[in-house]
Amino acid sequence: MFSAPPLFPEQASALAPQVDNLYFFLIAVTVFFAGVVALAVGYFALKYRRKHPDDVGANIHGSVPLEILWTVIPFVIAMFIFAWSTTVYFRIIRPPDERLEIYAVGKRWMWKFQHIDGQREINELHLPVGRAVKMTISSEDVIHDVFVPAFRVKADAIPGRYTSIWFTPTKPGEYHLFCSQYCGTKHSGMVGTVIVMEPHAYEQWLSGGTSEGSLATKGQKLFQDLACISCHVPEGSGRGPTLHGVFGSQVTLSTGSVILADENYIRESILTPQAKLVAGYQPQMPTFQGLVNEEGVMALLEYVKSMRKPATREP
Amino acid sequence: MTTPAYPELNYLNATHGIRSWLLTKDHKRIALLYLISVTVFFGLGGMFAGLIRLELTTPAGDLLAADTYNKMFTMHGIVMIFFFLIPSIPAILGNFLIPIMIGAKDLAFPRINLLSWYIYIIGGSFTLYAIVVGGVDTGWTFYTPYSTSASNTNVLPTGIGIFITGFSSILTGLNFIVTIHRMRAPGLTWFRLPLFVWAHYATSLIQILGTPVVAITVLMLAAERAFGIGIFNPALGGDPVLFQHLFWFYSHPAVYIMILPAMGVISELVACFSRKPIFGYSFVAFSSLAIAVFGFLVWAHHMFVAGISPYAAMVFSFLSFAVAIPSAVKTFNWAATMYKGAIWLASPMIFVFGFLGLFTIGGLTGLFLASLGTDIHIHDTYFVVAHFHYIMVGGAIMGYLAGIHFYWPKITGRMYPEAWAKFSALAVFVGFNLTFFPQFILGYMGMPRRYHTYPPEFQVLNVLSSAGATILAVGYSIPLIYLLWSLKYGKVAGNNPWGATGLEWKTQSPPLTENFTETPIVTEEPYDYARQGAHVG
Ligand code: HEC
Ligand SMILES: [Cu+2]
Ligand SMILES: [Cu+2]
Repeated sequence: MFSAPPLFPEQASALAPQVDNLYFFLIAVTVFFAGVVALAVGYFALKYRRKHPDDVGANIHGSVPLEILWTVIPFVIAMFIFAWSTTVYFRIIRPPDERLEIYAVGKRWMWKFQHIDGQREINELHLPVGRAVKMTISSEDVIHDVFVPAFRVKADAIPGRYTSIWFTPTKPGEYHLFCSQYCGTKHSGMVGTVIVMEPHAYEQWLSGGTSEGSLATKGQKLFQDLACISCHVPEGSGRGPTLHGVFGSQVTLSTGSVILADENYIRESILTPQAKLVAGYQPQMPTFQGLVNEEGVMALLEYVKSMRKPATREP
Repeated sequence: MTTPAYPELNYLNATHGIRSWLLTKDHKRIALLYLISVTVFFGLGGMFAGLIRLELTTPAGDLLAADTYNKMFTMHGIVMIFFFLIPSIPAILGNFLIPIMIGAKDLAFPRINLLSWYIYIIGGSFTLYAIVVGGVDTGWTFYTPYSTSASNTNVLPTGIGIFITGFSSILTGLNFIVTIHRMRAPGLTWFRLPLFVWAHYATSLIQILGTPVVAITVLMLAAERAFGIGIFNPALGGDPVLFQHLFWFYSHPAVYIMILPAMGVISELVACFSRKPIFGYSFVAFSSLAIAVFGFLVWAHHMFVAGISPYAAMVFSFLSFAVAIPSAVKTFNWAATMYKGAIWLASPMIFVFGFLGLFTIGGLTGLFLASLGTDIHIHDTYFVVAHFHYIMVGGAIMGYLAGIHFYWPKITGRMYPEAWAKFSALAVFVGFNLTFFPQFILGYMGMPRRYHTYPPEFQVLNVLSSAGATILAVGYSIPLIYLLWSLKYGKVAGNNPWGATGLEWKTQSPPLTENFTETPIVTEEPYDYARQGAHVG
């Protein structure tokens, strides 16, 4: 099933070759410097072996030019690697705008995945080949970590906040998904499979399962059930601000500072609303901590995301 | 050459009885107390490692239960780091040698020195107690909220043990710093100090500045676990990542507590067995201080996938590259010291070669982890396990063994069998590489660390690794036998069996309780082989 070559992980994402190139360069640097040290030590040890127990070595104390040389050269090489690796890193963490959204929740000891079309999976994740995927990750208990070696990505699943990874699968197949942050008894059993499919097969798979409606619809239902709607009305005339168009916008807080309304902000607004107050509003929103689980928060988040700005401009 | 006589009076036989040892204020006897206790912990930690490697020979979890396995790697880490590596070189060799190297009768605070050994033993007992009553399973890193809310093992007693032992480390560091400042012999200026002393000075700085932070962190952890005070657990309003910042603020510098003293040993030995002054003395000396300072600024490189800001990650990546430079400088200087030397391939020097090889690989593979682009993939995999074992085991323990072999004749007055020592150095080197090199490959292939079971395609490399561990175990056990043997049957060493410079070789072996009959006066630079010659005897 997993036919990875024995000494190297499969390259199954668009970024994998870039990470691997950097890796190969680092190997070359390692071999070079380790080689220089080994050759020097080995050569000196043979060439300057003492002939007589009373022999002493040459009275050399050092050389400032040499010290400068072997400080500067490694530093320059290090900075080159730093620049290159940081470039790769920013590609790893910045997802493109056009992408598929997936939500993942870690829980001892399983992974729950939620597609925005509504499908839910446990320890398995079906994805189409060739499309960028962004996974928003959280945890219901301790810290876990989503790691797909074939994609060369990983991020901790941290309770109380969102982290994310993104990748573009390039090869249909089945790939390991590991929990790579120690989480207790069955840490090594908290593994899953990412199944990358041809687009048509994926479509088929999507329409196959018993979907309970899209994630946003589920969020909308929660929005009503939890009475969010009693304060957050579309026109913005309720006790709370309108949530239309809030996601991705710049929000002015009561402290005067302006912040970006991203996933973590929406999440915090629901679970600890008093932490950051929107300017011009009273701290009236109750906390929903304990009333809604991680998946519920994700559904609400997806619903909030789906609320576009109304066509008419607000006053 | 006439065989030297074993000195009739020395620190070993100056007083008799178990009380004279347990209440001693002699830094040399305290060093031996540490040597015995540290060796016991090393054996224990090694046993845990053996069980881990045995379990990992098959993909399924068929030898140990999952919980037991998790306790094994946790206790292996805790015992090896807090009770073996951190005290090993400083508390044994540093304790024994620093006063002698600087021409003093003892450390500045002999009673505090004894106290720190007792603190170490009390802390160790707590941890042993935790092990005996069931162990602990959080990993040596104690990440929250697992350690405070999920684990139902003995986190508190273990934490208390580490908390207590920290004070022993702080007191030793304090003692060294005061001693090095105040008690140098007349004429022994800072730049005449052996590099071993510089390395310990830098180590002591980290010990006194870093250890209090981990002590406070352990207290916070205990407060949350025992009293439910929300600090780290988000369910109680805490921040789990805060724990990682605090923990690594100490635990990254702690890596240097373990490796700097080994670097000090290597500097002494390279100079001695090349019969030359060390190349670039002041660069080697100051690189120790640079490491101590920069070591405090890189902690978040352990947290690149823990959701820290990308710009913070960038800064920490940069600083991590920067901290590699002083280590590279040291390595080049050691190699250059051998140039035009008169090289004696005695057994301690073979251990030095082992150190150089393994430490170089360990250091260079650190670049893979400082690089953000590759770290995302290999973080928390076996690549990291391999990397830090190359530094901690390949570097620190090789350095420790090199030092023990080099100074053994000074400590005991007797020689061990040279051929066996060389054989053990070779076994350690080969066994080590076979154990840990496959782990680099495993890590890049994606095998996460702390895995009790793993997919079958990882088996071959794991079996190789376990086979290597067997050789490594042999390599570590042989010295235990021949060193003990040498106590009785070893050839009498004489004052200076290696023909080395330095005050420690001018006094008898084993030294008198007061080290010197009269305070030495230092008039020459260190490693002055050109003028002093290299006379064995
Ligand atoms: C009792 C009224 C009330 C209820 C019920 C309520 N909210 Fe709020 N909400 C507010 C108020 C007032 C604010 C602005 C002050 C603040 O930031 O806490 C707010 C702010 C927010 C914000 C930040 C909006 C912005 O512009 O930055 C979000 C998101 C949000 N609420 C979501 C929800 C969700 C989801 C629910 C249901 C689970 C909910 N609220 C239920 C009153 C309420
Ligand atoms: Cu896990
Ligand atoms: Cu570190």
